Amino acid sequence: MKKRKKSAFDIVLHVFFILMCACFVIPLILIVSASFTSESWLTSGNGFSLIPREFTTSAYQTAFQNRARMIRAYLVTFAQAGLGTLIACVIAGMAAYPLSRSNFRFRKPVTVIIFFTMLFSAGMIPNYIVYSRYYGISNTFWVYILPGMAGGAWNTMVFRTFFKGLPESLFESAHLDGARELTVFFKIVVPLSTPVFASLGFMTLVGKWNDYTTSMIYIREENLYTLQYLLQRLMEEAAFLRGLSQSAMGNVNLSIADMPNESLKFAMCVIAAGPMLVVFPFFQKYFSQGLTIGAVKG
Amino acid sequence: MGAKIQGRKAHSRIRVKRRSIWKDRNSWELLLLCVPALVAYILFNYIPMGVAITIPFKDYKFSQGILGSEWVGLENFKWMLTSTSMTRVLRNTVLYGAWFMIIGPITNVIIALLLFEIRSRKTLKTYQTIITFPNFMSMVIVGYVTYAVLSPRSGLMNQILNLFGQDSVDVYMNPGYWPVILTIVNIWKGIGMGSMMYFASLMGVDPALYEAAEIDGAGRFQKMRYISIPHLIPLVCIFTILGAGSLINGNFDLFYIIPRNSTILYETTDILNTYVYRALQNGTYSMGATVGLVQSVVGMILVTGTNLIVKKISPENSMF
Repeated sequence: MKKRKKSAFDIVLHVFFILMCACFVIPLILIVSASFTSESWLTSGNGFSLIPREFTTSAYQTAFQNRARMIRAYLVTFAQAGLGTLIACVIAGMAAYPLSRSNFRFRKPVTVIIFFTMLFSAGMIPNYIVYSRYYGISNTFWVYILPGMAGGAWNTMVFRTFFKGLPESLFESAHLDGARELTVFFKIVVPLSTPVFASLGFMTLVGKWNDYTTSMIYIREENLYTLQYLLQRLMEEAAFLRGLSQSAMGNVNLSIADMPNESLKFAMCVIAAGPMLVVFPFFQKYFSQGLTIGAVKG
Repeated sequence: MGAKIQGRKAHSRIRVKRRSIWKDRNSWELLLLCVPALVAYILFNYIPMGVAITIPFKDYKFSQGILGSEWVGLENFKWMLTSTSMTRVLRNTVLYGAWFMIIGPITNVIIALLLFEIRSRKTLKTYQTIITFPNFMSMVIVGYVTYAVLSPRSGLMNQILNLFGQDSVDVYMNPGYWPVILTIVNIWKGIGMGSMMYFASLMGVDPALYEAAEIDGAGRFQKMRYISIPHLIPLVCIFTILGAGSLINGNFDLFYIIPRNSTILYETTDILNTYVYRALQNGTYSMGATVGLVQSVVGMILVTGTNLIVKKISPENSMF
């Protein structure tokens, strides 16, 4: 292929993307910078800037002095996201395999039962009534795990599409060797499907990590809040925030102005989002893989 | 002779396949694999669905339960039709839904096409990683980000306005700005992943097509117009069918978090989903559930209807 020289279009293209990327990066820098800016600078109406003014780490110190709540939220988030993803992937994968087999006699009814949930959902209020009044799982850890344990119809469809693409001869030879369906699935299909498990697992994990609505709707107990909901509470309620900084200060006498309120919010935001934002982009390829598999018509 | 035996063998194989369903051990084993999922769907989807079609016809009291609550007929639906806030909420939901359905695919396809024009792998990856970043962030964090930009006293936007001698604006007090803000935030958060799907699909186009077009003297835009865009149409159709329900089912996270659930802004930010959440908080379960049921039913009609229309026009692009 001949090498084309850079045209005016190429330059415009790169300028466009560089400007676009700036729109994505600058707001994030603003947050990090605000978390290192002194409280008096922020509250006196100077505004957020891209470089921290009156550099201080007092917001982080405050946040870490009262770290019990934050660590708790991290643990809850980690446990619910990890366990929830594992269970959802296993169950969805198990259900998708039969749907990909043409010799499965119950394929039609099972397909209808699973995919109808994509078309019609009960909605927030009926779910709330059933889960909290009849199953009694609200305000417990289980509300994070159980309702989503089937993995969802969309994931099931992606799994099914992937399994359908496996060579038929594989199954034939296994059957000739006398292997039964369960053995075929666990011994042959699962090991061959690590890419799809990885990408769907990762997508589910991100979704669950970022979940705050479950806490918001079902959880009253502060110890069971996820990280994201803790952040949301900080944003919504000044009182909640003040409680955090006051208990951290203990008996030390501080004027209201010295208490890092605004900057503490942003520090918490960085603490909560930081680790994942560093990790996630490296897994980006799993995302695009999953998307391409799912885009094939099932 | 040989052919006859083969024929008999094939015949007997068919017979084996058609044996009684009770003796089809493989099918039962496969069904066993589906059991956990089926149980979960029944418990956590179908039973709530049953409740969803019951309580709109009742005056549900949490203390009395579903069976103990009184039947009220169509009372809740009548209230919904006459409620004044409902027109506003419905208008917001449908207008935003339709607008996002149009602008979303357009921006995603444009960015995918432009990314496809970049030849350096490394630069491409950098751009893609940066614009995909917000996708990994929760809406709560995006809420902080928008606040840092829009905050009336210290936000970046007002600093820039002041720099040019303009007065500061407090968008959190003025509903008029929100259609624009919500559109930008929605695109900002979604465009990375949205364009990546189309981009991945473009990577699958046979390069020979582009080479042939080049030999015939096609320019960049002609290649886009006659090869890339037609290639993306089926994907656009699938996502439109799947997303047709969003016409009545808005993105709760976006509309709840970004305007900070501010009452002043309800005029342009309140949608059915945030409305239902408030009903849940206020304990007006039956009314909220009525709205929810209408949303679900209309959503289902929209998805199947869109699918039907696509099927009529170009059957190969339909979903089911």
